[in-house]
Amino acid sequence: MLLEVAGLDVYYGAVHALKGVSLNAGAGEIVTLIGANGAGKTTLLRTLSGLVRPRAGTVRFEGRDITRLPPHEIVGLGVSQAPEGRMIFANLSVEDNLELGAYRRRDRPGIAADRARVFQLFPRLEERRRQIGGTLSGGEQQMLAIGRALMSRPRLLLLDEPSLGLAPLLVREIFKTIQEINHAGVTVLLVEQNAHMALSVARRGYVLETGTVRLEDDAARLLQNEEVKQAYLGG
Amino acid sequence: MSEFLQQLVNGVTWGSVYALIALGYTMVYGILRLINFAHGDIYMLGAFFGFYAPGLIVAAGARAGEWLEGAHRVLHGVPVLGPGLGRLAAALSAAGSMADALQALLVLVIAMVGCGLLGIVIERGAYKPVRRSSRLAALITAIGVSLLLENGGVLVFGPDPKFFPQIIPSSNIALGGGVTISNQQVIILTVSILLMFALRFIVTRTRVGKAMQAVSHSHMAASLMGISVDRIITFTFVLGSMLAAAAGVLVALQNPKIEPYMGVMPGLKAFVAAVLGGIGNIPGAVLGGLVMGVAEVLVVGYVSPTYRDAIAFVLLIIILLVRPAGILGKAQAEKV
Ligand SMILES: Nc1ncnc2c1ncn2[C@@H]1O[C@H](COP(=O)(O)OP(=O)(O)OP(=O)(O)O)[C@@H](O)[C@H]1O
Ligand SMILES: [Mg+2]
Repeated sequence: MLLEVAGLDVYYGAVHALKGVSLNAGAGEIVTLIGANGAGKTTLLRTLSGLVRPRAGTVRFEGRDITRLPPHEIVGLGVSQAPEGRMIFANLSVEDNLELGAYRRRDRPGIAADRARVFQLFPRLEERRRQIGGTLSGGEQQMLAIGRALMSRPRLLLLDEPSLGLAPLLVREIFKTIQEINHAGVTVLLVEQNAHMALSVARRGYVLETGTVRLEDDAARLLQNEEVKQAYLGG
Repeated sequence: MSEFLQQLVNGVTWGSVYALIALGYTMVYGILRLINFAHGDIYMLGAFFGFYAPGLIVAAGARAGEWLEGAHRVLHGVPVLGPGLGRLAAALSAAGSMADALQALLVLVIAMVGCGLLGIVIERGAYKPVRRSSRLAALITAIGVSLLLENGGVLVFGPDPKFFPQIIPSSNIALGGGVTISNQQVIILTVSILLMFALRFIVTRTRVGKAMQAVSHSHMAASLMGISVDRIITFTFVLGSMLAAAAGVLVALQNPKIEPYMGVMPGLKAFVAAVLGGIGNIPGAVLGGLVMGVAEVLVVGYVSPTYRDAIAFVLLIIILLVRPAGILGKAQAEKV
C-alpha cells in the first residue's frame, strides 16, 4: 500500500473531528472520500499533510511512518496537496506560484519539464503565466492549485474539493485532468462533495460521517448503494 | 529656498535611516503579525557592535600577523612563499591603520553579522516559544526582550555614553546654491540605498525571498509547498536585524555619542514610519521612513525643535484617522 492510515483520532480542543479513521490507497489508484459538510474530510487531508497532529493513530507512506513529520518534510517525501480554498499566493504571479510548488527541488531541467507538463494540462495557465494569482478566476485558481501541487512531483496527490464553485463544464474538464494525472502514475486521494463525479472516476471510495468511516467499497458499488444514493447522490 | 533644499537633504538622509529600521518592523510583521518592539534595541546594539569592532579587527589582525610571522620564520628559506608570508604578516599587523573606508566597511559588516546572529537567538529563544500563544503574550515578550536588551546594555557597556570612533573624518561637499552635504551623509545615503536594493533583490528574485512572500501570505499554504516556515521566520529576523545594525553604525559614524537607550526613539519613529507606509509592505516602509525623516527635519527647521519627537506621533494619529492601512497598504480586512 502506498498510503496506510490506521486509527486516526484528531481533536480540535474539545471537538472530536476524526474518530479512529482508517483508510488505504494503493499505488496508481484514485481513491475518493465523500461526506457531508463537517464530516472531517479536510481534517483528514490536513492530518496526512502534517498540518494537524493526531492524538492517536498512524499515517504510513510507502511503508514509512510520517505521522509526526512536519509538513515541509512530508512534501519532500512525495505527498502534496491542493488544499480547500485553493490557497493561491495572491500577490505572486502564476509562474511564481508554480515555482514555489517546486520549492524543495533543485533539478532545474526537471522543474522546467514539469512546468511544461502543467501548462500542457492547463493551457489556460500558460496564457496567464505572468498574471497575479489573486486576479485569476475561481476555476483558474483551482487549476493553479492543482498544477502547483504537481510541481513537487508527488507520488500521492491530495485534492480537497477541486470542483467547488466551478461551472459544470469546467468540473468535467477538471475531473478529466485528474484522470490524466493519475494515468501518468500519480496516486490521487480525492475529497469531493460532487459524489457522483468522484465515484465515477475513482476505483474505490470511502464515506465519512461525523468523523468515522461509514462505508468503504469499490466506487462502482458505492454508486449503486441505496444509502449513498439517498444521502449523497440526490436520491 | 536653499535653506529648504538643505533641510530636504538632511531629512532624506535621516529618512533613509528610519527606512532601514522600519524595514525590519514591516518584514517581521508581515510574516508573524508581530510588532517586534525590541527592534530599536537591535539598532542600538548595531552601534555598539560597531564600536567594539575596530578593536576586534586590530586584535584579529595582530593575532593573524603574529601567526604568519611565525610561519614566515619557519618558511623563510622557501622562495616566493617565505617573503610573501612576511609581507602579508606585516600588512595584517598594521590592520589598525588600514584605509578608513575599508575599516568602516569591516565595522559595518561585523555589526551586521553580530546583530544577524543575535536576531537568530532572539527569535528562537524568545519569540518561537510563544508563537502559538495569544498575540498579547507575543507583545509582552517583545517588550520584555526590549527591556532586557536595554538593561543588559547598561550592564555590559555601562550607563555612560561611549564615543564611536571617527573612522571617517567629516568633510562637507557643496552641492551649489548654498546647499551642502557631508561626506557622512553621502555614505549614509549610499549604503542605505544599496542595502534597500539588495533587500528588494532578495525578496523579489530569490528562492528564499519568494518563500518569505509565501509565508507572509499564509503559513499553512507555504508549508504545503515544502517551505520550512520556521526557517523562513528566522531568516526574516536575520535580515531585519542586519538592516537595523547597519542603521546603527551609519548613524554612529555621524553622531558618535552612543548609549544603551539610543534605540528607543528611533525605534518608535521607525515603527511609526512602517505604519505610515502600510505595515507589512516593504516599499511602504521605505516611503514611510523618508516621509518621517523629512517631516521631522522640517518641523525642527520651521516650527520648533521642541516638536522634533512629537511630529512622529502626530503623523501616526493622522494616518490612523485618515488611512489606517497606511499610504501603500491595501485597505482590506486583516486575515489571520
Ligand atoms: N480549526 C478548527 N477548530 C475547531 N474546530 C474545527 C477546526 N477545523 C474544523 N473543525 C471542526 O471539525 C469538524 C470537521 O471539519 P472539516 O473541515 O474536516 O470538515 P469537512 O468534511 O472538510 O467539511 P466541508 O465539506 O464543509 O469542507 C467540523 O465540525 C468543524 O467544525
Ligand atoms: Mg472541507
